[in-house]
Amino acid sequence: MDGSIEKVSIIVSKGSLEGIYPALIMANGARAEGIEANLFFTFFGLDAVSKKRHEHIKVASVGNPGLHLATLIGALPGVPGLMTHYLEHKMDQLDIPPIPEFLEMIADTGAGIYGCKASCDLFGLAEDDLIDQVKGIITVGEFYELAAGGQIIFT
Amino acid sequence: MPNVTYAGQAVSVGDDGFFTDPSQWTEEMAPEIARAEGIGQLTELHWQVIKFMRHEYQEKGTGPTIRILGKTSGVSIKELYQLFPKGPAKTAAKVAGIPKPRGCI
Repeated sequence: MDGSIEKVSIIVSKGSLEGIYPALIMANGARAEGIEANLFFTFFGLDAVSKKRHEHIKVASVGNPGLHLATLIGALPGVPGLMTHYLEHKMDQLDIPPIPEFLEMIADTGAGIYGCKASCDLFGLAEDDLIDQVKGIITVGEFYELAAGGQIIFT
Repeated sequence: MPNVTYAGQAVSVGDDGFFTDPSQWTEEMAPEIARAEGIGQLTELHWQVIKFMRHEYQEKGTGPTIRILGKTSGVSIKELYQLFPKGPAKTAAKVAGIPKPRGCI
């Protein structure tokens, strides 16, 4: 080891836009540097790889002090969609792809995309419910095997 | 600024090994830079990417992102990673003699 990072395994546990994007950017960025990368989607993070939901990921407009928006306003109907739309527009200008395209891209870079078995059991999800880029639904133990010898990042 | 010699010509590169003056680059230098990056033989597809990198740099002043490479170079992202396993956007920029792209995507 010369101090460089050879492999990262990133756990995505949140289902909000701001919970998912950083992990995708880090995985894609790792591959861009020639670093091996795995993404492991657990709990609400599974929304990012769920066929039904991955096109409808929203920014948290309530309980998100970073937005500097009064909680009651953030809770109004339409506001989460509006804030999401605004952010998506800004990201598009910066050439950041929408989540479904981003996941396809990341899979094409050779990164591994996995679903968490315990969470899939909890939400009643099977492999058919997840996007085709998901290589498998794996247990915690299998995740650690995949991650062996590399860094683990939890988001 | 360090100087290195490719194809018998002295060129200036930054600390990271990327060209600081892309006009010093010639096609004859590419195989030698590629070998140093672990690419033994430059195929026609490699050249397609290298020429695209040069073109993008000339047009936009910066190397393309992997997304743009995959969409407009005519080489898919999967193939790009087979051609340049240590990261296409970065490695191809180095071989094409343009500065390191600094985007996060």
